[in-house]
Amino acid sequence: MATIDTPVKTSVGGSGHAPVRAPRARRGRPGSRLWVKVVVAVLLVVEVYPMIWMFLTSLKSNDDYLNNSTWSLPTTWEWSNYTEAWTTGNIGLYVQNSLLAVVPALALMLLLGTAAGFALQVMVWKGRSLTLLVFLAGMMVPPQMILLPLFTVYFQTGLSGTLWPLILTYTGTGLPLTVFMMATYYRSVPRELFEAATIDGAGILRAFWTISLPLVRNALLTVGLVQFFFIWNDLLIALTFTNNQDLRTIQVGLLNFTGDFGATQYGPLFAAICINVFGTLVIYLFLNQKVMKGLTSGALKG
Amino acid sequence: MHRVLGDRRAIALLLGPALLVYSLIMLVPMVWSLGYSFTKGNTINGFTGNGVANFSRLLDDPAVHDALWFTLKYAVVVTAGQVAAGYLLALLYVFFLKRASALVRTLVFFPVVLPTVAVGLLFQKFFQVAPQTGPVNSLLNAVGIDSIDFFGSAGSAFWVLIAMDIWRSMGFYAVLLFAGLVDIPDEVLESARLDGATGLRLVRHIVLPLSLPVLMSSLIFSVNGTLKVFDSIVALTNGGPGTGTTPLTLYMFQTSFTYSDYGYGSTIALLLTVVCLLVSLVVYRVSRRDLTEG
Repeated sequence: MATIDTPVKTSVGGSGHAPVRAPRARRGRPGSRLWVKVVVAVLLVVEVYPMIWMFLTSLKSNDDYLNNSTWSLPTTWEWSNYTEAWTTGNIGLYVQNSLLAVVPALALMLLLGTAAGFALQVMVWKGRSLTLLVFLAGMMVPPQMILLPLFTVYFQTGLSGTLWPLILTYTGTGLPLTVFMMATYYRSVPRELFEAATIDGAGILRAFWTISLPLVRNALLTVGLVQFFFIWNDLLIALTFTNNQDLRTIQVGLLNFTGDFGATQYGPLFAAICINVFGTLVIYLFLNQKVMKGLTSGALKG
Repeated sequence: MHRVLGDRRAIALLLGPALLVYSLIMLVPMVWSLGYSFTKGNTINGFTGNGVANFSRLLDDPAVHDALWFTLKYAVVVTAGQVAAGYLLALLYVFFLKRASALVRTLVFFPVVLPTVAVGLLFQKFFQVAPQTGPVNSLLNAVGIDSIDFFGSAGSAFWVLIAMDIWRSMGFYAVLLFAGLVDIPDEVLESARLDGATGLRLVRHIVLPLSLPVLMSSLIFSVNGTLKVFDSIVALTNGGPGTGTTPLTLYMFQTSFTYSDYGYGSTIALLLTVVCLLVSLVVYRVSRRDLTEG
């Protein structure tokens, strides 16, 4: 995998300059042709309409949903669907569980992964490229390969029934990408910087903490965002280790949503989907450029 | 000078925790799972040795054959679909939208970060017939076509699944490939145009070969992801109707947790791992060869 890395990395760097470079001297005025306009319009409808439909449906009552046309606006705007979903539907609890699993896992993963990235890229020792390869191998293997032994361990150590299995598994499975991306970012920091710092009397550990961390602050945010989406959206691991209804994460909770009401309540179900979607929408609204860059560079480097 | 950067105690302190967690959560379980393949049973009732029975069962199990076939079919179709859709979008961004493309790019990328479960449920309702006629079927009715029960047969459910996963990921590949297209020097395109290459011929002979490296890494990344598909299928069809849309990942999950057969589950997981490694290797080899030719 590492060999395809070279031709591609330049293009990732290039994406940052894209808006400046692309438009120069290419033929035709921007979007002037009719068919381009039509294609873009269709594209926008395909991307946006499902979201609008979902939002409108989340405000309908059950009767309204079942008996009126699917295109219609809600006859009465049932905002109470959202409180229903949050309380009776337990979405509030599930969001809380997700946060309690995601935040510690992210913190642990970033701390351990950055330290390891530093040790693998900045420090000089035999066997570091082999160690990096061992981490990389973890990205290829499907998670199904580790679920069953982990289940046994968590069961026997009495960790099942808490959120610890999720925190530990997310940290472990997230480390390969984190270590690799952080090592890549450290590649652009000159080693002399740390050597100079240690001449001034700071230990290398101190140099890692006070000098290198501020330098890779941006990278930490990017990797953190990428991993946040991976963990927050995860279903497989959450489904495996949350055998207790009170421990469900938002994704597992949403998947089993109908169960909590008896009969399906469509309004609250759509409200629950909306809560889940709009949460990521808010993050995306503010950080979309970073998210796009982070996710795609993670793909190319992996 | 490298003495400071070669400080063994510091290296151990920095690398140790990550390596320990990674080993305990990933490396040890992988080997352990391999061991499970030779047993029968589960955590609650205990394990008993089973020899190679799981492997011979794997070879004869029609459900495994179906799941493997489905996994490969899904991986090929979705990989082709999402990379092709992404490439077309990237061409649109670079050659037609130009400066105006940032907004469209950002918008089309958005579904990538959406929770798969939410998207799955949304598409399920979007394509449904009952209890309410969903938007897609209403549209069909409006132009005089009868409603289709998309989730009633494995064939149509498969296509809804494909449509959903392409919808979800095309923006991602568009941005990935866009980065590759933008890197093509304007001078090259200009001189090709002066030589009379326009439209499709320009794309075929200049743009495509020059963006081949990034196209190939997209393919590798895509195949690697689609072979492991789980979330979107569980949310959209849960493997149904029957087992019509069950990939290896889901069959492994059901065998392990619905039927509590961890031994056989591990064997299926091993098969999945081998398939992932083999396919990645093949795609990687092919892409290397194409690169040297291009």
